[in-house]
Amino acid sequence: MNGINQPDHSAATRGPLAPWRDRAARPLIRFDAVSKRFSNMTALDAVSLDIHAGEFFALLGPSGCGKTTLLRMLAGFETPDAGRVILDGEDLAGVPPHRRPINMMFQSYALFPHLTVAGNVAFGLKQDGLPKAEIGARVAEMMTLLQLEGLDARKPHQLSGGQRQRVALARALVKRPRVLLLDEPLAALDKKLRGETQFELMRLKDRLGLTFLIVTHDQEEAMTVANRIGVMNAGRIMQVATPPEIYEQPNSRWVADFIGEVNLIEGRVVESTASGMTVAGASRIVARVSPMQGVKPDDTVWIAIRPEKVGIAHEPPPLDTNQVAGVVWEVGYLGDVSVYKIKSDTGAVMRATAANVARLIERPVNVGDRVWLSWTSDAGVVLTR
Amino acid sequence: MRRGLSSFNVASLALGLAFLYLPILILVIYSFNASRLVTVWGGWSTRWYVSLLDNQAMLEAAWVSLRVAFVTACAATVLGTLAALALVRAGRFRGRLLFGGLIYAPLVMPEVITGLALLLLFVAVEIERGFWAVTIAHTTLTMGFVAVIVQARLIGFDRSLEEAAMDLGCPPLRTFMTVTLPLIAPAIAAGWVLAFMLSLDDLVIASFVTGPGATTLPIRIYSEVRLGVRPEINAVCTIIVAVVAIGIVTVSLMTKFSNAKPAPARAEP
Repeated sequence: MNGINQPDHSAATRGPLAPWRDRAARPLIRFDAVSKRFSNMTALDAVSLDIHAGEFFALLGPSGCGKTTLLRMLAGFETPDAGRVILDGEDLAGVPPHRRPINMMFQSYALFPHLTVAGNVAFGLKQDGLPKAEIGARVAEMMTLLQLEGLDARKPHQLSGGQRQRVALARALVKRPRVLLLDEPLAALDKKLRGETQFELMRLKDRLGLTFLIVTHDQEEAMTVANRIGVMNAGRIMQVATPPEIYEQPNSRWVADFIGEVNLIEGRVVESTASGMTVAGASRIVARVSPMQGVKPDDTVWIAIRPEKVGIAHEPPPLDTNQVAGVVWEVGYLGDVSVYKIKSDTGAVMRATAANVARLIERPVNVGDRVWLSWTSDAGVVLTR
Repeated sequence: MRRGLSSFNVASLALGLAFLYLPILILVIYSFNASRLVTVWGGWSTRWYVSLLDNQAMLEAAWVSLRVAFVTACAATVLGTLAALALVRAGRFRGRLLFGGLIYAPLVMPEVITGLALLLLFVAVEIERGFWAVTIAHTTLTMGFVAVIVQARLIGFDRSLEEAAMDLGCPPLRTFMTVTLPLIAPAIAAGWVLAFMLSLDDLVIASFVTGPGATTLPIRIYSEVRLGVRPEINAVCTIIVAVVAIGIVTVSLMTKFSNAKPAPARAEP
């Protein structure tokens, strides 16, 4: 267990940390075919998942996908109907919440309204029967770490939202848990504060050398903080991968569509060779894409292209790139980027985004303009499901 | 937009308050009447309060009532709180609806019937009619009220507070004592005061199950009034009104303070 005062040796952990690539590594947390049914719905459907020590793992998914159930199962508030939850080689079945070396930060923060800030932070240590002096020292240390100095005597209702959030974090961290669970920890904060707090969470994790498991429905949040993301839908894990992999290499149409914006072109494989593949799209779009194994001619596939990888121009692109001609349908100006919706000549609607690099554009793309969209053969991902 | 009260609002408020409180006000004023005749005003005096101190029977009855009310309030609070916990926390156990109905039945049951039924029971199982019989009877009457108040508090209770306590290493029973109980304490205290007041106030049930040596204050007053209203009675009633008013103010203050805490931040799931 790393102490709080250990030097910040892990500023670089986020890059090279990849214990999940090591097949021999024993995961800290293992969900083994865990299922859970509530009266009329399946919350978890044989979910298996490994989380390694030191990871910042995010469970991401829409409401009701089972991510919170999975988190609560680890905390001990739900019991699996089938399957096992294993922490560091030990089956957690039958271990009540108060005996698990895991602490949770609740979405509502769940601060005890009848206790002061110091009382809240000290609560967990008092349960362990630690000597008063040590409790005082550790509480003070945690209050300093989370910039809560001087608030000891306040009651939770006298704090701002951001302060309450940090008290909840301090209360869960002061026990130095093996795993810190975060249930939508930043959902109640405003956007700006949320962004800052995301980076603060990452720094805290590295500094304390803990394992964080966060549940969120906010994909930007998951992408920012996590080493790996588990995308969930309807009680199943759809994909587990690093944020760039999730975004650039989604394994299914569902993940591609759930994470960010995407143009999905359904098509039939015309030709598949070692140098590349030709797909004939439903809207008479013919696209050259990177080669892919296990795909034969006549298979149905989907090409997923992120809008920012689609170029938009008034002039036709060179003939050897993938291209679609069309008319600009809608333009959304977001400041840093602009979003264009184009209705192609064949009837398909496609999206493109372009960074507004120059302040003054000589010939901006306007609604009604005739434009060409283009993308390179490696810009899109071919999906088979 | 007009702010404040229109003349119609003021008039209806005054009429309503007069309807509710004018009789009590008259009673209070006449308790300070110097005249021996109840209906004739003879100037201000506190002589009836002084003579009350010599009325041994009345003082004894008041003492009985206070003791009954105290024991009743304590018993009803424990039982009512447990019933509320069962209704809110025990999930959907078999017969939950029936149990809820059984708890609340005494609230709407005519007191005459409750009193008669208890009398028959006490006779059948040979419980001596007197102090304990009245106390048991009052407990059955009041625990439903406590259950209602505590249940309302428990329904609005954020369960994640208890989960947080357990998550931080607090076993379930200690969680109840250190987190749940302090937070529902205002409701429990309000229930206690209400049970105390209801017991102090009850005439019907007590008159069924009381026995020699256990005459409660309402029974005493009622039997004296049948012989004619004396100014002393007005004095007793004024004291009771004062006690009840203090009780009500206490309950509402407790409720107010328990609700003063802002709801915890909660965002879209």
